[in-house]
Amino acid sequence: MFDFLIDNVRLIDPASGLDQQGAILVQAGVIADLGRITAPEDVTVIDGAGCVLCPGLVDMRVELGEPGYEYRETVASAALAASAGGITTVAAMPDSRPPIDDPALVRLLRTRGEETGRITVLPYGAATRGCRGEELAEIGLLREAGAVGFTDGARAIGSSRLMRTALAYAAAFGAIIIQHPEDPELAAGGSATQGEMATRLGLPAIPAAAEAILVARDIRLAELTGGSVHFAHVSTGEALALIRDAKARGLRVTCDTAPPYFDLNETAIGDFRTFAKLSPPLRAESDRRAVVAGLADGTIDAIASDHQPRDADDKRLPFAQAAAGGVGLATLLAVTLAQVHSDQISLTRAVELLTASPARLLGDASGTLARGAAADLCLFSLDEIWQVTDGTLAGKSQNTPFDGRALEGRVRGTWKAGRRVFG
Amino acid sequence: MAVSNRHLLQIEGMHPPQISSLLDLAESYVLLNRSGKTQRDLLRGRTLINLFFEDSTRTRTSFELAGKRLGADVINMSVSTSSVNKGETLLDTAATLNAMMCDLLVVRHSQSGAPNLLAQKVDAAVINAGDGTHEHPTQALLDALTIRRRRGRLEGLKIAICGDVLHSRVARSNIHLLSAMGSRVRVVGPPTLIPAECERLGVEVFHDMAQGLRDCDVVMALRLQRERMTGGQVPSAREYFRFYGLDFEKLSHAKPDALVMHPGPMNRGVEIDSAVADDPVRSVIKEQVEMGVAVRMAVLDVLARANRRNV
Repeated sequence: MFDFLIDNVRLIDPASGLDQQGAILVQAGVIADLGRITAPEDVTVIDGAGCVLCPGLVDMRVELGEPGYEYRETVASAALAASAGGITTVAAMPDSRPPIDDPALVRLLRTRGEETGRITVLPYGAATRGCRGEELAEIGLLREAGAVGFTDGARAIGSSRLMRTALAYAAAFGAIIIQHPEDPELAAGGSATQGEMATRLGLPAIPAAAEAILVARDIRLAELTGGSVHFAHVSTGEALALIRDAKARGLRVTCDTAPPYFDLNETAIGDFRTFAKLSPPLRAESDRRAVVAGLADGTIDAIASDHQPRDADDKRLPFAQAAAGGVGLATLLAVTLAQVHSDQISLTRAVELLTASPARLLGDASGTLARGAAADLCLFSLDEIWQVTDGTLAGKSQNTPFDGRALEGRVRGTWKAGRRVFG
Repeated sequence: MAVSNRHLLQIEGMHPPQISSLLDLAESYVLLNRSGKTQRDLLRGRTLINLFFEDSTRTRTSFELAGKRLGADVINMSVSTSSVNKGETLLDTAATLNAMMCDLLVVRHSQSGAPNLLAQKVDAAVINAGDGTHEHPTQALLDALTIRRRRGRLEGLKIAICGDVLHSRVARSNIHLLSAMGSRVRVVGPPTLIPAECERLGVEVFHDMAQGLRDCDVVMALRLQRERMTGGQVPSAREYFRFYGLDFEKLSHAKPDALVMHPGPMNRGVEIDSAVADDPVRSVIKEQVEMGVAVRMAVLDVLARANRRNV
């Protein structure tokens, strides 16, 4: 059936420590062999010369649009964008309409993912009922149905009491709580990071410390309860310093960041560019550099696309009224590779942040090249130059904060369980 | 003018020669207005729409008068009578006005950046008449004209802008304009009403009126914008007046002939004492209103010349 061999390729699999020139053989949708192998008779050979082959990327923070926001994105359109980005596994945010706070909805999302034939959808469950931040959701039942973690999505769990309860309770089920780390009271009404840029534009501002304040509280609550907390899209040096310290003390604290926070800074919102309105808002250059340092030194565990599709009507509004969020599936790898090209992180580290590391955080078997495992693969060129242009990206919504950005490195092929879904 | 020469969206980015030439032109309109004459042929056949999403009496009237004195057909649209209340978006409104072939669009909006957004979508010249807490360029121009006529220059003057700087688009435009023209600008107010990193805009920041006003040539009081306050940044109006209200005692720290200005409308007894506001020698508040019409005539004149429709 789909038997093929990708030859002459640089195989990188951080989970197994593999980085060598070789080939990979896929038979019946499964990785049959890899390394220095010779092609069997009558198998299709794909020449991977000059390219890197790694596990299909695992993206731990994606808004799918379904259910409830199909005008922005559907599972099918998100899957197309994921394929174009080399992504084969996505963790889906639960703050949809309705929110994913019922076991049936968890199963529905998993099934909707399978139907695409392109991606595995790993649903997050709502940490609190309706993601309203008032009472715990049915964490045990949701976990049983396949939820890989618990979060209220774009909303921070603001109540200290509730966060304590969630961390303590979820620990019994081996589940992590994923926090949007931003003090909700300090952030209320704000649309940019407090500082010169927001002052010049006259925009309601959020102090960058709103992130560190919640991170500090939640680290302490994780320590108090023995629970596991994961901070999403961390964007400030101050928060990273707290996380670095917590990890050194052996606490169960992890975090991810998203490409805008290591590739852009707050100047991107100049002239009221709503495509650069994100949550958390883009930060000062010193924070961007701190995020890059966090990628290199291991403080940051994973890079997620933080894909938040918004349609034109969500964005063509005065800045403070426009919806926050940017799409990121199709650009995840290439924007990450910019840090490799500028010698901030190694290629292996970049791939680890996009594969093995998020898979481990999600407790999923994906993110590695293992004999006998489903052939979820990403083939990419390190040096192909292209430009991000809104309107031409795969997927339904086009609100990329990287519009106009020239990038080096591009996905050449994506395979899901041995089936070529891109390239 | 700022950003492009097609619109007047903000003072930030304008160059001193552009500002000077606008002020020079406005001077000539002051003389014209005082002579009782008009120049109705200048904008004859042109349409000016006053699109006000926020209540305003003085700015709207000032633009209306400026347009009419130059012969434009002036139409006033305010949010309470428009379809915006029926859910029409800002850009739908823009498209509608565009189809009506309006030449000059004067916009006031509660959201920072709304005129910038409109300017991307309409053919008309867009004039920002105040957007959120961003800018109010014609106010800064009229303030500068008032000061320049009284003091003969802007360069080297010490100017204190006092009070609710955080919510003030007037303050931002004035800071940009006066700094560009060589004035030494200070802002004075409680820490909760001074925006973050305000010094980066080239001003000195003070939290004490006596220190902030010391040796100043001009003292501008800003309206305390209680309607924009979200966090109770000051405990009470009386406490605010005690420490930041402009009265003769605080004014005594400025130069003896320092000018007193206010963009209006005033909260008497909150940010300014009535006796100071009405002082015939020190207060130039009424003159500011007069200069407003002249400055807006100059702006309409320049933009209409730059935006000849290809009919």
